[in-house]
Amino acid sequence: MSTKLVPTPGQTVGPFYGYALPYEKDNELLAPGSPGSIRLQGTVYDGSGQAIPDAILEIWQPDSEGRIVQKTGSLVRDGYTFTGWGRGAVGNSGVYTFTTVNPGPTKPGAAAFISVAIFARGLTNRLFTRIYLPEDTEALANDPLLTSLEPERRTTLIARRDPDGGLTFDIRLQGEGETVFLDFQ
Amino acid sequence: MPEDINAELESEELVPPAEPKAAHLPLDRAIETQADLSDEINAIGDAYARALKDGAEPETQPRLDYPPYRSSILRHPTKSLHHADPETIELYSPAFGHQDVHALESDLTIQHNGEPQGERIIVAGKVLDGNGRPVAGQLVEIWQANASGRYIHKRDQHPAPIDPNFTGIGRCITGPDGSYRFTTIKPGAYPWKNHLNAWRPAHIHFSLFGTEFTQRIITQMYFPGDQLFPLDPIYQTIVDQDARDRLVANYDHSLTEPEWALGYNWDIVLTGPKRTWTENEAFGTAGDSSEEAGE
Repeated sequence: MSTKLVPTPGQTVGPFYGYALPYEKDNELLAPGSPGSIRLQGTVYDGSGQAIPDAILEIWQPDSEGRIVQKTGSLVRDGYTFTGWGRGAVGNSGVYTFTTVNPGPTKPGAAAFISVAIFARGLTNRLFTRIYLPEDTEALANDPLLTSLEPERRTTLIARRDPDGGLTFDIRLQGEGETVFLDFQ
Repeated sequence: MPEDINAELESEELVPPAEPKAAHLPLDRAIETQADLSDEINAIGDAYARALKDGAEPETQPRLDYPPYRSSILRHPTKSLHHADPETIELYSPAFGHQDVHALESDLTIQHNGEPQGERIIVAGKVLDGNGRPVAGQLVEIWQANASGRYIHKRDQHPAPIDPNFTGIGRCITGPDGSYRFTTIKPGAYPWKNHLNAWRPAHIHFSLFGTEFTQRIITQMYFPGDQLFPLDPIYQTIVDQDARDRLVANYDHSLTEPEWALGYNWDIVLTGPKRTWTENEAFGTAGDSSEEAGE
């Protein structure tokens, strides 16, 4: 068990995932309009500021109480079980949408966030980032990851609260305002 | 399942091909030949070989910045990835089980009324973590072109025949030993628009989850001995030969079934894990657990 194996390399998701990875209600972690549901949306941009039409995102998050859910049923949703995971391809205008809940802090005082994996044609390996909720400024100010970042880069990880109660989080793969992407190894 | 797929294709708005046709490219791109691209690929390869000789650590993942793959030029982060210790949710993975995936979804040759064209194959192996432990009860998704190198995707405009008996999508849940197994058709090589006369080596896309979300990976499995390997900018985004070899399946006669299908073996190793495991988690779950993690 002590021998470390070398991981298999990733490869781009390519242009043709669209008939394979999406599925019915993939981006609906709960039914739109149900109590507590919010819209999480954003646009994925390339280095020239163009929205890219062929990216696909996955989110993975605790429930509104900060509990990490280990329930099956993300691919065939029963309409009642919150599994914490969803998948959403961007549309032709580069916008992705999820219906989900505000994640709760996993422990008192912790900053609440959604974990994200990003795949795209032209992206040779997946990228990870986090979407933090904007409200608890004290928790954000004490968050280990955020405090390790320059102030202007830190803001790339914090979602905007929309007037309808939803969240907007744009992803910039390259250039000005480039999103902070994470390496966990 | 085939009906759903067709419905989705019908409802999808007509979209332009992901890359314009070569004949429509601006002249400066249209005249980029395989020789031009191979020069770039080889220059990067030579520089990497020199770096290795000078004591650099071998690279194990593709480069995000790999200009010969033209679509990556505006899509790679320019700042280095920020090292982070995974926390809370990142140390767990979504759970999938037999509610999510039907057992028949691992056979891509029985999704329609007739037999698909092409060479029937079995692709089987194990999903392991970096400690060699099996990743049990997890989701594996695959997708691929048909035997003539055509994807059932509107954006694929390669004038090769669509096979009405082959969609090219499969899923399974790994067994207690991390094993997966698909029955499918050997995909064909297909042309793309990276440069003039660009052809992808035959490959199957694989999507994998581990026990932690940090282990999430999408990759491509290739077939041994493909003559297109040195020419392909996507395969070559991995500059290290040992690392590239990890994407190439082995022909395995013990998986081959008499008068039925040729067998290929391919094991996948995920990174990590970072979380301290209990014996239960390592060997207990078969993918249908419904408890909540205690965080």
